Amino acid sequence: MNRREWLGFLCAALFIGVFPWVVVPFKAVSHYVDVMVFAGIFSLVSLGLSMLMGFAGQISMAQAAFFGIGAYTSGILTSRFGWNPVPAMPIGMLASAAVAWLIGIPALRLKGHYLAMATLGFGVIVHIVLGEEVAWTGGPSGMSDIPRLRFGDVRITGEIAWYYIVWVTVFIGLVFCFHILRSRVGRALRAIHEEETAAESMGVPTARYKLQVFVLSAVFAALAGSFYTHYVTCLNPGSFNLMWSIRFVLMVMVGGMQSLWGAIVGTVLLTFVGNEWLQVFADFEIVIYGAILLVVALFLPGGLMSLAGRWTSAGSRTVAAPDDGGS
Amino acid sequence: MGTDILQYTISGLTIGVIYAMVALGYNIIYNVTEIINFAQGEFVMLGGLFAAFFIGVLRLPIVVGFFGAVLATGLVGLVMERFVIRRAKNASVLSLIIITIALSILLKGGAMIWWGKDPHSVPAFSAGGPILVAGAAIQTQAFWVVGVSALIVIGLTVFFHRSTYGKAMLACADNPNAARMVGIPVRRMVLLSFVLSAGIGAAAGVIITPISMMEFDRGALLGLKGFGAAALGGLGSFFGALVAGAILGLAESFCAGYVSSGYKDAVALVLLLLALFFKPEGLFGSGEAAKLKRF
Repeated sequence: MNRREWLGFLCAALFIGVFPWVVVPFKAVSHYVDVMVFAGIFSLVSLGLSMLMGFAGQISMAQAAFFGIGAYTSGILTSRFGWNPVPAMPIGMLASAAVAWLIGIPALRLKGHYLAMATLGFGVIVHIVLGEEVAWTGGPSGMSDIPRLRFGDVRITGEIAWYYIVWVTVFIGLVFCFHILRSRVGRALRAIHEEETAAESMGVPTARYKLQVFVLSAVFAALAGSFYTHYVTCLNPGSFNLMWSIRFVLMVMVGGMQSLWGAIVGTVLLTFVGNEWLQVFADFEIVIYGAILLVVALFLPGGLMSLAGRWTSAGSRTVAAPDDGGS
Repeated sequence: MGTDILQYTISGLTIGVIYAMVALGYNIIYNVTEIINFAQGEFVMLGGLFAAFFIGVLRLPIVVGFFGAVLATGLVGLVMERFVIRRAKNASVLSLIIITIALSILLKGGAMIWWGKDPHSVPAFSAGGPILVAGAAIQTQAFWVVGVSALIVIGLTVFFHRSTYGKAMLACADNPNAARMVGIPVRRMVLLSFVLSAGIGAAAGVIITPISMMEFDRGALLGLKGFGAAALGGLGSFFGALVAGAILGLAESFCAGYVSSGYKDAVALVLLLLALFFKPEGLFGSGEAAKLKRF
C-alpha cells in the first residue's frame, strides 16, 4: 500500500475504533454498535464480492448461498456435534471453498447473463436444500441455541467485543485484498475485466484466476456466515435466499464496484438503511431496494466512491476505466 | 401405478407448457435485443394477479379479464422498455443484468403492496369437474392451458416468419445497424418485443392461475425455470423452448410424485445448471451461432 492508502486506512481504523465510545453513551443510538456488527459481517461478504465483480468482472448472484454454507456448517458442527466455534469456522470456509470450486469450474466458463443465471440457480438450489434437509438444518423453522463464539473459557457475548472482533477481521481481510490487487494476480484480474481475450493471448491463465477469485469470495462469505451464526445464535433459511444475494450485489454497487473501500461504505450504508431507517416503511422496503438498485445501475454505475473521486479527483483507486465495460 | 404415471405426465405437461411460454418471452426479447430480461417471471405473476383483480374483484367476464390482464402487463412491459431499458442502451452487460433484476424487485414489491401477500385465484375458464381418462383425472383448465398456449405458439410462428413486422424484428437481432440502414425502426421493434414478451408471460399467468393460484413472489422461480427451458432448448429457438419446457415440467412432476415434493423446485434448476454447464447452446441451438453472440 502507498502512503495515501495507509492514511485512508488509518482514518478508517480510527473511526471504527472510536465509534462505539461515541454512540454508546447516547441511548437513542447506542444500539448502532449492534447494527455495525452486522455491517462488519456483511462487509466481509462484500469484500469478496467486490474482488469478484469489481476487479475480475464476474457476477455472482449466489453469495447468500456461500454465506449460508458457512453459517450452517458452523451452526451444525457446534450445536449438533458440540464443537467449539473456533475450529468450526475454518471447516465452514473449507466447505464453501470446495462447493465454489466445484460449481466454479463449469460456471466461470459462462459469461454475462449465463453466469448470472447459473449462480442464481445455484443459490436457489442451496436455499431449497437448507429448507428441506430438516434432520440437519431444522428445515424452514431453522436452528436455535447455537453457542456464542468462545476462546478457551471466554465466551464472547458483549456487543462491543463482537464489534471489535468482527471489524478487526474486516481490516485483516481488507489488507489481504489490497495485497492481492497489488500483486501479479491483481494486474491479471484487471486485465481480465478489461478484455478477457486480450488477457488470455498475453498468457494470463484467465480461467484459473477467475476460479481462484470466485473461491476467495466464497470463503469470505462463509467466514461472514460463521460470524453471523454465532452472533445471532439462531438460523433459518430466510436469511440466505435470493433477496440476500441481491442485497450483497447492491451493497457492492452502491459503494462502487471498483473500490474495496466502496464495498465497505456501501455495506455499512445499506445495513443501516435495511436494519434501521427502512423499518418504518415495512412492506415498502423491497420497493425501495429495487429503486436504489435501479438508480445506481442507471445513473451511478461507479457507485458513491466515483462521486467522491469526481470531487477529489483522487478518491478512486488506480483502476483506469470508471465504467464496468467488460462482460 | 399406470394411472399414477399418466397423472404425473399430464400435470407435468401442463406446467411444462407454462415454462415454455416463459421461455418464449425470454426468446422474443433475446432475439431482438440479445438482452436476458430477469424480470420475465414477474410478467407471469402480474398476468395472474391482474386477472384475479379483473375477474375476481371487478367481476368482468373471463374473456375480458384475460385480455385485460394481457394488455395491462403489456403496458408494464412498454413502460419498462421505454423509460428504463432504452436509457441504458450503452450500459454494460453487468449493468443490464442489475437493471432487469432491479425491475423485477420493483414489480414484485409493487405487486405485494397492491395485492398483499396472500395467493389469489381465478375461476376455471369452463365449469365442470375433472375428466377421467384411464383413471387419471384431468382438470378442464389443463385443456385451456394447452389450447391457449398452442394458439400463441402458432400465432407467434406465423408472425415472425410471415409478417413483415416479425421478420423486421428478427433482423434487429442479427444486426441492428444493418437493420437500421434498410429502414427498420429498431427502437420500435425493441419496444414491441418487450410488449409482446410481457403479454405472452401474462397470458401464461392467467391460464395457470385457476390451477395453481398466484401470489406476488412467484415470479423469480417461474422466471428461473422458464430460463431453464429457454437455455435447454437453445436460447432463441421457439421449438426448443416447447420441448425443453415439457422436459422440465415432466421432470418436476415425476420428482414430486416419486422422489420428494420438497425438491421438485430444485429439479428444474439442476437441469438448468447441467444445460448451462455442459451444453450452453442448448439441445436445439447451434454451437457455432452461440459463439458469435455478443453476450
